[in-house]
Amino acid sequence: MMTVVKEPAAPAISAPWAMRDKIAFAGIGTTRYGNFPATDSYGLGCEALNAALDDAGLRPQDIDGLIVNRIPSYERFAEMMGINPQFCLLTEAPGRFSGVSLALAAQAIASGAAKTVALVYGNNGRSVRMRYGGGDSQWSPWGMTSPGASHAMMWRRHMHEFGTSHADLGPVAVAFRHHACLNPEAVMHGRPISLEDHAQARPICEPLKLLDYCLINDGAVAWIMTSAERARDMPRPPVLLSGYARQDAFHYGSAPPDDFWYPTLSACRSVYDRAGFGQDEIQGLGIYDNFSPTVLFSLEGLGFCKQGEGGAFVRDGTLRLGQGRWPTNTSGGHLSDSYMQGWGIIAECVRQLRHECGDRQIKDVHAMQYICATNIAQSLILRRDR
Amino acid sequence: MSLANRPKPVIDNWNRPFWEACGKEFLLLQRCTATGKCFFPPAPVSPFTGRPDWEWIKASGVGELWSYVVFHQGYFDGMKDELPYPVAMVKLAEGPFLLTNLLDLTPDQVKIGMKLRVRFGEGPENLVLPQFGPMG
Repeated sequence: MMTVVKEPAAPAISAPWAMRDKIAFAGIGTTRYGNFPATDSYGLGCEALNAALDDAGLRPQDIDGLIVNRIPSYERFAEMMGINPQFCLLTEAPGRFSGVSLALAAQAIASGAAKTVALVYGNNGRSVRMRYGGGDSQWSPWGMTSPGASHAMMWRRHMHEFGTSHADLGPVAVAFRHHACLNPEAVMHGRPISLEDHAQARPICEPLKLLDYCLINDGAVAWIMTSAERARDMPRPPVLLSGYARQDAFHYGSAPPDDFWYPTLSACRSVYDRAGFGQDEIQGLGIYDNFSPTVLFSLEGLGFCKQGEGGAFVRDGTLRLGQGRWPTNTSGGHLSDSYMQGWGIIAECVRQLRHECGDRQIKDVHAMQYICATNIAQSLILRRDR
Repeated sequence: MSLANRPKPVIDNWNRPFWEACGKEFLLLQRCTATGKCFFPPAPVSPFTGRPDWEWIKASGVGELWSYVVFHQGYFDGMKDELPYPVAMVKLAEGPFLLTNLLDLTPDQVKIGMKLRVRFGEGPENLVLPQFGPMG
C-alpha cells in the first residue's frame, strides 16, 4: 500500500467575505418525490415554486430574478408562472450547479441586479426513464460510461492508496437510510437497511454496489433568496448565507480525477474564514451524495478527518442523527430521500435551521455546512439569523 | 463477443490522427513543445501553455495500472455479451491517463501499480482499439 500525502492547496481567499450574512433564504418549497408520469419538470417546478412563494408570503410578480435548472426552458417556465424578471438564466444540468446557482443568485442580489430571486429545480428523470450512461463518447469504445463508474474508479484507487474498503461506505448508506426512515416524505421511508444489506447488494460497477448509488426519482425544489434585510420583514425566520467557497479543477484529461478533489476541497476550507466561524460552531452537514464515496472525499477534503481516514471516521455512527457529532443528510440525502442534485439537501439545511424537521430535527442547530465534491468543489455555511 | 460491436468513439479533427495511428498499431500522443509534457485527449492547444505549440510523438505503449472497475450494469447493446467487463485507468509512461480494457489477465493477477503494455485488436467501424495486458 502506498500512502500519498498531498499538501492542501492554499485557501482561494482567506479574507473576510463581503457577502457574509448579507443574503438569506426567505422561502423553501419541495414537491412529493416519486414517479409522476402525469406531469413533467415544468409541472413539478411550478408546484415547488408555488410552495416556496406561499412559504415566503410572495406572489409571482414579486419575483424579479429567476434561475431554473433541469427544466428545459427558462423562458417557457417564466411564461407559465407569469414572471417577467430583470435577471434570468438556465444553469447547467450537473448537480454541482445547485451551489453555483445559489452563488449566482447571491451575487445578483448583492450587486443589485435583482431583489428577490426564485431558484427552481425540476426533474422527471424517473418517469422518462433517464439513464446516466451510454451513448458515444471519448471513452465509450472501451465501455467506460456513467458518473457511477467514474466514482467507482476513484474509490478503487482510494482503497489502494489508503487501505479503505467497500465496507467503509456502509455506515454512510446506513446512516442516510436511517434518516430517510425518520422522514415521511423520503422515497425510501419505511425501508431500513443494514451494513449486511449494503455489503450484499447487487454490484453495479465494482467496487460500487446498488446501495452506493443515488436514487433516480421525479420531484422539484424551489428556493427564494433575497437580502437578509428584506428577509427579516418576511414571514419565515431568515436563514443566512454566512460563507461560500468554490474552487474548480478541469485538468483531469476527461478521465476520473486522480486526486479525489482533495486539493480543491481543501481550498474550500476558506469557507470558515468567509463565514467567520469554524467547525466547532456547526451542528450538522449536508453532503452531495451522488455516490457514497463523495461523502468521505468531502469529509477528508474539508478537514473533518485526515485524508484516507474517512472510513474510520464514519464507522461508529458519526453521521447518524442522535448518535454522532456530525448528523449528515438528515432527510436521507440522494441515496435515500430524493435525487434532487443538491437542491433538496440545501433545502433540508434551511429547514433544519428553521427547526421544522420533526423527528429528524438536529437539536438546537444554529449552523449547517454543505459540501459538494465535484470538478467544481464547493462548500457553504448557513446559519440562523441571530 | 466482438470488438466490432463496441460503441463508436467520437472522432474529431484533433483525435483523428490518434485513431489512424492505432490502425498502424502504435499510440500517438501530443507533446507540448514548451514544457515537454504530453497530454490526452488530443486538443488544438497545449493545456500547459494554452498555445498551439505541440508535436505528435509515438508513445512507448507502456503504462501502469492506476485503477480499475468491473461493469455489471450494461449501458451498450454491443457489449451485453461481455458483461461483466473491466475498464482500467492506465497512466502512460509519458504521463497522460487512458481508459481502456485489460486483456490476458485473470482477476487475481490484476494489481494496481502493475506495468502494462498496449495491444491492438479490431474495433468498431474498422477502427483498431488499443487495450492493455501484461508486459510479457
